Amino acid sequence: MSASAPLAAFACVLRRDLLLALRRRSDVATTLFFFVIVVTLFPLGVGPEMSLLRTMAPGVLWVAALLASMLALGRLFAGDYADGTLEQLVLAPHPLGLLVGAKIAAHWLVTGLPLVLLAPLLGLAFDMRAEALGTLTLSLLLGTPTLGLIGAIGAALTLGLRGAGLLLSLLVLPLYIPVLIFGAGAVEAVAGGLGPGAHLSVLGALLVLALFFAPWAAALALRISLE
Amino acid sequence: MDRHIRVGARRRVRGAINLYYYAAPRTFYPLAGRMARVFYAVAVVLGAIGLYIAFFVAPTDAQQGEGYRIIFLHVPAAWMSMFLYVVMAFWAAVGLAFNTRLSSMMAQAIAPTGAWMAFLALWTGALWGKPMWGTWWVWDARLTSELILLFLYLGFMALQAAIDDPRRADRAGAVLAIVGVVNVPIIYFSVQWWNTLHQGASVSLTRSPSMAATMLWGMLVMALAFWMYCLGATLTRVRAIILERERRSDWAHELALGKERDA
Repeated sequence: MSASAPLAAFACVLRRDLLLALRRRSDVATTLFFFVIVVTLFPLGVGPEMSLLRTMAPGVLWVAALLASMLALGRLFAGDYADGTLEQLVLAPHPLGLLVGAKIAAHWLVTGLPLVLLAPLLGLAFDMRAEALGTLTLSLLLGTPTLGLIGAIGAALTLGLRGAGLLLSLLVLPLYIPVLIFGAGAVEAVAGGLGPGAHLSVLGALLVLALFFAPWAAALALRISLE
Repeated sequence: MDRHIRVGARRRVRGAINLYYYAAPRTFYPLAGRMARVFYAVAVVLGAIGLYIAFFVAPTDAQQGEGYRIIFLHVPAAWMSMFLYVVMAFWAAVGLAFNTRLSSMMAQAIAPTGAWMAFLALWTGALWGKPMWGTWWVWDARLTSELILLFLYLGFMALQAAIDDPRRADRAGAVLAIVGVVNVPIIYFSVQWWNTLHQGASVSLTRSPSMAATMLWGMLVMALAFWMYCLGATLTRVRAIILERERRSDWAHELALGKERDA
């Protein structure tokens, strides 16, 4: 086995998952549609007062992004679990953490990234200013991969269980809180005239931390679930 | 069965109690029963002393009047809720690493007591907050992180309850508890950054406490009483878990039949 074999395996899993997502485009659209509809519900619930909506916007967009990425987690391993691919991945000679990392990366590219790109558009509807919109996009760009990484642990733990979706939310949402605080905090800091640097740095640190630990924890959880 | 007898022969190694002997659920079951009774008794005695100090010895607070006395329940409950989460994660991790069944059962037994302590801390905090801050609840850092801790306990319990195979439940719960314990400081500091209104900690290891000595003593005695109660409750629960999981083994049958004959 050559030295580049693990990387080749990573690329292979990534390409496969992206291809599968491209063939089932409606799955991606559902997540985005959920994000848009949740954001739409807030003005209907609290009233169309623009100044109120402007102050709420960072929190609303972040909470909606959090829920959307959490709901998308159900599909991260479920399909591969149902058709037996997951067992093949576990049996593969490459480190399972790496392969899980590839799956998470592909998952983020098809569910997280479109969400990040759509968020500024929805922010405009909440009358957010240009620099706040930029920070929102940047914070989501740093934050949503962390959500996917942490969520993968929960998705692996609840694989094939009764009521896995609800259980997943109970497991994962408390762990999402730091990302929410610093993500929405960055946008609020900009809106309040402060720099977003500190918040974004912490978001970046959380991402690095999750990137390092989460794939291995998810791999361990997968092994437990597949026993 | 043979193995148990042979292990039993090595019960005492050079006068010291062999801990491995008690790592088997069968041998731990009666020990847990005896220990639980002792811990409960100590909890009652310490609780009586602590409550006496709390109500009759400790002075009235200069600012908060008599209302502050709920601190003697509130602070020990909050301490125990945080401490028990770490203990739970420790036993879960031991169970995951060394594949010892009893450790995982301990983790499972601690979770409801920990959740109860977190709930108690929140509830007494609300009762305290109403007269002092004029509101049942504020979105303050410490209150919120305690609430999140309660969610973490509930998540652990929900995951274990959702998995039918106890071994898978143990190991999945262990991964979640370890992830949780890594996250607890991050959550705590992020929530603290987010908002702080709660009074600063009155007791710290690095500086002298900002409260009367009798108040501190009352609180420490109550904390010990809570600790003893948590130990007793956990051991009682672990006995129930042992019996439930070992219900197909011979010794559990003998135990059940023996109890019936006695009754």
